[in-house]
Amino acid sequence: MAKRKGMEVSIAIAEAASMCNVDVVSAYPITPQTHVVEHLADIVADGELDAEFIPVESEHAAMSACVGAAAAGARTFTATASQGLALMHEILFIASSLRTPIVMVVANRALSAPINIWNDHSDVMTERDVGWIQIFAENGQEAADLVVQAFRFGEDKRVLLPVMVHFDGFVVSHVVEPIEMLTHAEVKTFLPDYAPQQKLDIDAPISMGPVGIPAVYTEAKMAGEAVLRDAYGPIVECLDDFGKRFGRTYKPVETYRREDADILLVTMGGISETAMTWVDRARAAGEKVGLVRFRLWRPLPDKDFKEAVKGARVLAVVDRHFSPGGPGGPVAQEIKYILYGQKGAPSIVEFVAGLGGRDVGFADFDNMYKKAKAVLGGATVPPFEIVQVRGGHHGEA
Amino acid sequence: MEKLNVFAARLLPREDFVAQGHRACQGCAEVLAMRLVHKALGRNTIVASATGCMEIITSPYPETAWKVPWIHVAFENSASVISGVEAGYKALMRKGRYPKRKINFVAYGGDGATMDIGLQWLSGAVERGHDMIYVCYDNEAYMNTGIQRSSATPFGASTTTSPAGKVSIGQTTQKKNMPEIMAAHHIPYVATINPSYPFDLFEKVRKAAATPGPAYLHAFSACPTGWRMAPEKAVQIGRVAVETGVFPLYEVENGRYRITLETPQLRPMRDYLKPQGRFRHLSEDLIDEIEKRVHREYRELAAKVRVTNEEDRDGTRQG
Ligand SMILES: Cc1ncc(C[n+]2csc(CCOP(=O)(O)OP(=O)(O)O)c2C)c(N)n1
Ligand code: SF4
Ligand SMILES: [Mg+2]
Repeated sequence: MAKRKGMEVSIAIAEAASMCNVDVVSAYPITPQTHVVEHLADIVADGELDAEFIPVESEHAAMSACVGAAAAGARTFTATASQGLALMHEILFIASSLRTPIVMVVANRALSAPINIWNDHSDVMTERDVGWIQIFAENGQEAADLVVQAFRFGEDKRVLLPVMVHFDGFVVSHVVEPIEMLTHAEVKTFLPDYAPQQKLDIDAPISMGPVGIPAVYTEAKMAGEAVLRDAYGPIVECLDDFGKRFGRTYKPVETYRREDADILLVTMGGISETAMTWVDRARAAGEKVGLVRFRLWRPLPDKDFKEAVKGARVLAVVDRHFSPGGPGGPVAQEIKYILYGQKGAPSIVEFVAGLGGRDVGFADFDNMYKKAKAVLGGATVPPFEIVQVRGGHHGEA
Repeated sequence: MEKLNVFAARLLPREDFVAQGHRACQGCAEVLAMRLVHKALGRNTIVASATGCMEIITSPYPETAWKVPWIHVAFENSASVISGVEAGYKALMRKGRYPKRKINFVAYGGDGATMDIGLQWLSGAVERGHDMIYVCYDNEAYMNTGIQRSSATPFGASTTTSPAGKVSIGQTTQKKNMPEIMAAHHIPYVATINPSYPFDLFEKVRKAAATPGPAYLHAFSACPTGWRMAPEKAVQIGRVAVETGVFPLYEVENGRYRITLETPQLRPMRDYLKPQGRFRHLSEDLIDEIEKRVHREYRELAAKVRVTNEEDRDGTRQG
């Protein structure tokens, strides 16, 4: 096994994709994803990776070309963020429906307007229904590891679905971090060659993407739903096997110091690292608090989550996006779906924090925890609260 | 000559790759053009389709009219999709996972898919130099969604979103010159084709296939339904379009212009406009105006051919 080496997370991600021996990279630049694709372009230009790099004219074209390449039977990789992901929206549904196991890393960034290049989860959370596997990395090590695993479970012939690997823009993407890269030999034994079940081949012509009339559309959608839900098994198998081989174990739902906790924070992505440090501090001060995070977001690991929060009395959910005029933050809503009607289910306190790159620090966790603790004591709170708003909720100066 | 050309079509290869039994309207010359294009391209072809009539009528699941590999993704992006297929094949052939052989990578779209919503995708794909052929089947409106105007709809034509009315003449703008836009990309091959001239079409499709890099074909595609004319007139109107100068048959090969079917004396515009209901409302004055414009554009094209010929003569054009 290789040594840990200080490297920029984006570079590590590009090298991980390169080790997977991808055949086609098709991408369009957008901050904070640029270093990933620039580095891949370098790797291809230096002949270290035998791949076609398609410098497309937009993200919509990037995803379209990815679908074409994957349909031809090529291992295909791309990267985007924010406006780019939104521009791909139309084709994301089609990529999953056509069962093209593309791997895409998303350097999560806020959506306009106002235009903002910094991190939150508005880009990913508005793409929940596109039928992709979606998984979150909290740091560079995880991102590099998950890219390799994404190819394996995405291309698994029981799955054959595209995968998004999410990692936070700037706070993860641009950080230099000690990372232990797998070696080529390790990746080779872990990740078999891509063996497409169907492809655009002149020796065995097929038609892909036909018209689905009402008599068949429901069945087609049901098939997509079944395969995505059933992907859970192969995903977990892959995560476990990775853990056994390389000693870094990933779970669909991760927990931190949850034993005997009355209150659990729920976070996703990079702020989880700050949250864990905060939990350590709170624990040291005698607070019975822990942390739960979704690593796997689609398919939603509902059973794991239920298990993870068993015994907790209050969940303080920190969302990085919300539905304007709607029911608050998406993660909290999905947790309610998971726990609804369950006897003795914990109370849920919902926060929206860290929008457009606003730092979420210890003081913020202190505040949110204080409110969760009040709920534990029987207080009622608003249905959800956007925290960190200067001048109050209506922006009064 | 005219008769010979029509009947000699029987001399073309028998094998079709767009099968019978598709759902096109009677007399659809768009599907005729597409059938001929694929007759010419043959078996070693992979196709990316845009959304539109030609996609809908050939692929009602579980049936398909396609005997070659075919993929439909969305309305605007068939050029990007085929660029991905081509890149995938390039990599996989290099790595020995496909046998090395010549494959035609073909994308197509209607005039709406090509000239309006998908212009950027097409421009990007050909600018990147992929080895691909793009075919625009131009029936001069969004037929699949019910005859709405596009930037290919000719001046004066009535459509459902540029209807002729008490104070409207129908489409008030001039048709976008798409082959010229493609020629301005300096790609190796651009040509106009017309299913009413199958031999000319065959020659150009084969040239496009033999050209390394991107090629663009713009197909005249009479649509009896949208043009409000008798289905049995579709092939004939294609010939009148050439004879009146409305749709000149030409090619641009590495920047060299050549008219492939000379029409020394252009037929009167009325012969083209009168059989079509979409032009029924036009006044004689407007018809004269249209004729003048068509003649002027034809002269502009002829001038480009003259420049090519002069350059060839005096050797000022290199390569
Ligand atoms: C993004 C998007 N916008 C609009 C449509 C609706 N639509 C489907 S086909 C079509 C028109 C097709 O016109 P054209 O490309 O000229 O092809 P034709 O049907 O005339 O052959 C439209 C507007 C769509 N499918 N996708
Ligand atoms: S509407 Fe026109 S183009 Fe479409 S199938 Fe019918 S005749 Fe052909
Ligand atoms: Mg059309």
